[in-house]
Amino acid sequence: MNRKTNDTHAINFQAIKVIYRYEMLRAWETLLQSFASPVISTALYFVVFGSAIGSRIQTIEGVPYGTFIVPGLMMLALLTQSIANASFGIFFPKFTGTIYEVMSAPISFIEILIGYVGAAATKSLIIGLIILATAGFFVPLEIAHPVWMMSFLILTCITFSLFGFIIGLWADNFEKLQLIPMLVITPLVFLGGSFYSVSMLPPAWQTVTLFNPVVYLISGFRWSFFEVADVSVGVSLTMVLAFLSLCLIMVWWMFKTGYRLKQ
Amino acid sequence: MQTIVSISNLSKTYDTGHQALKSMSLDITRGEILALLGPNGAGKTTLISIICGIVNASTGSVKVDGHDIISDFRSTRSMIGLVPQELTLGAFDKVINTLRFSRGLFGKKPDPAYLEQLLKSLSLWEKRNSEIMSLSGGMKRRVLIGKALAHQPSILFLDEPTAGVDVELRKDMWALVRKLRDSGVTIILTTHYIEEAEEIADRVGVINKGELLLVENKQKIMHMLGKKQMHIELKESVTVVPEALSDWALELSADGSQLTYTYDPHNPRTGISGLLDAIRDAGLPLKDVHTSQSSLEDIFVSLVKEPS
Repeated sequence: MNRKTNDTHAINFQAIKVIYRYEMLRAWETLLQSFASPVISTALYFVVFGSAIGSRIQTIEGVPYGTFIVPGLMMLALLTQSIANASFGIFFPKFTGTIYEVMSAPISFIEILIGYVGAAATKSLIIGLIILATAGFFVPLEIAHPVWMMSFLILTCITFSLFGFIIGLWADNFEKLQLIPMLVITPLVFLGGSFYSVSMLPPAWQTVTLFNPVVYLISGFRWSFFEVADVSVGVSLTMVLAFLSLCLIMVWWMFKTGYRLKQ
Repeated sequence: MQTIVSISNLSKTYDTGHQALKSMSLDITRGEILALLGPNGAGKTTLISIICGIVNASTGSVKVDGHDIISDFRSTRSMIGLVPQELTLGAFDKVINTLRFSRGLFGKKPDPAYLEQLLKSLSLWEKRNSEIMSLSGGMKRRVLIGKALAHQPSILFLDEPTAGVDVELRKDMWALVRKLRDSGVTIILTTHYIEEAEEIADRVGVINKGELLLVENKQKIMHMLGKKQMHIELKESVTVVPEALSDWALELSADGSQLTYTYDPHNPRTGISGLLDAIRDAGLPLKDVHTSQSSLEDIFVSLVKEPS
């Protein structure tokens, strides 16, 4: 036995690798559910909003309506998929009890996090890019700032996968697992300007809507496409980074206290 | 004798207020098979869970091969393999994949040859590409053992390994456990079956209500607490024990056909010869005489029955 040779790294790379691969494998084995269903539902939005209704709507701030909703639709899919993937990824081993193995392994919380959240973020990134490609078939698309677009995309995937991970840790039953995505996230995304510009709202509602964090996300993302934004891109970026930090602090606290994992 | 796991003043009180462990101290010797014996809820699983990092201790500390389980968890956990009590396995995973996962999780590079040999020794090689949900309960138990051994641990914890396992598999499992011990692996198993501890262990620790009542070499326990009984069957029943035999505190069976004499086999003067002489002198014709030794079970019952 060649004990200890290359086996006791400061970072357990092998563990990160197997968790990441296990989670990705889960997606490939349920390919239809993982990738096809979000793409199909997004395509339906294009047909309904983009073509049917969109044809009656004039351009919004110089952008044809069908094109205008692309960033919002991507965000809608990204947010829901990131949360669903990451929350399920950690909730399921908790539910079946197989989490015992991860907890008894020589692996730190940060490595667990990189494995699970990394895989969830990768999956939603793939979904986001597929949707973008699909959108290209329906509407003319030009991306003004591709680097910013990718940055927002990746940042959003990571942030909301992290948020999903928190939900997965917090939830102790399937109902709670669905609760926040359904009651909080979906309304926030729909009211966050996915399908409209905030400037189209009455002034009072414009103020209210600024309390919706998703507004900043969609606004910044849309700016990277069309250079059209509800709030300045700097504010958008700050808000996304703030939410990311908030999630990181929460996860750190949960791990530190062993919240719902360790008694 | 070298200590590999050193547990000192370990206690655990759950949030519910339940005190599962009360200041337990125990040294586990390298290379031994230690059986932790105790009724359900005695604290056995809590003890193991703390050592493996699944439960936080309330007070006290554990060192594994000199490393603290909290500050140096990477060293301690990579030495330990755990077979949990419940059959907790991913239903859709393939056998070989779940072993690869376990090995990687513990920081070991892939080693297909080792995993092949491991699966063969567990008679699971043919099932390597089967989904776990298609396996029988006994096979699932073996998959769990395979997962625990996938990273070649030097300490193996088996929590109630034979719960719901048939006789055949139990035999195989003990053979495997002995083989592992022979290769230098320290094995700690919990059980509430006394026969198991008696059959496999080198040392036995008795746990009840979060306390370690004793931990001793198995033979020594038997020696310390084991009593022998001589059963004397009479040809003709008697109604009372004859006066001449009163020195021996004999028990008479209900039907009057058997006398039982309890003695300490380690006492140089067991009093057996004298008793047999006295019986002959009293004119009681004998039918048969045999002796029995108290098992670990009798010892255990007498220990846990004692008022706390």
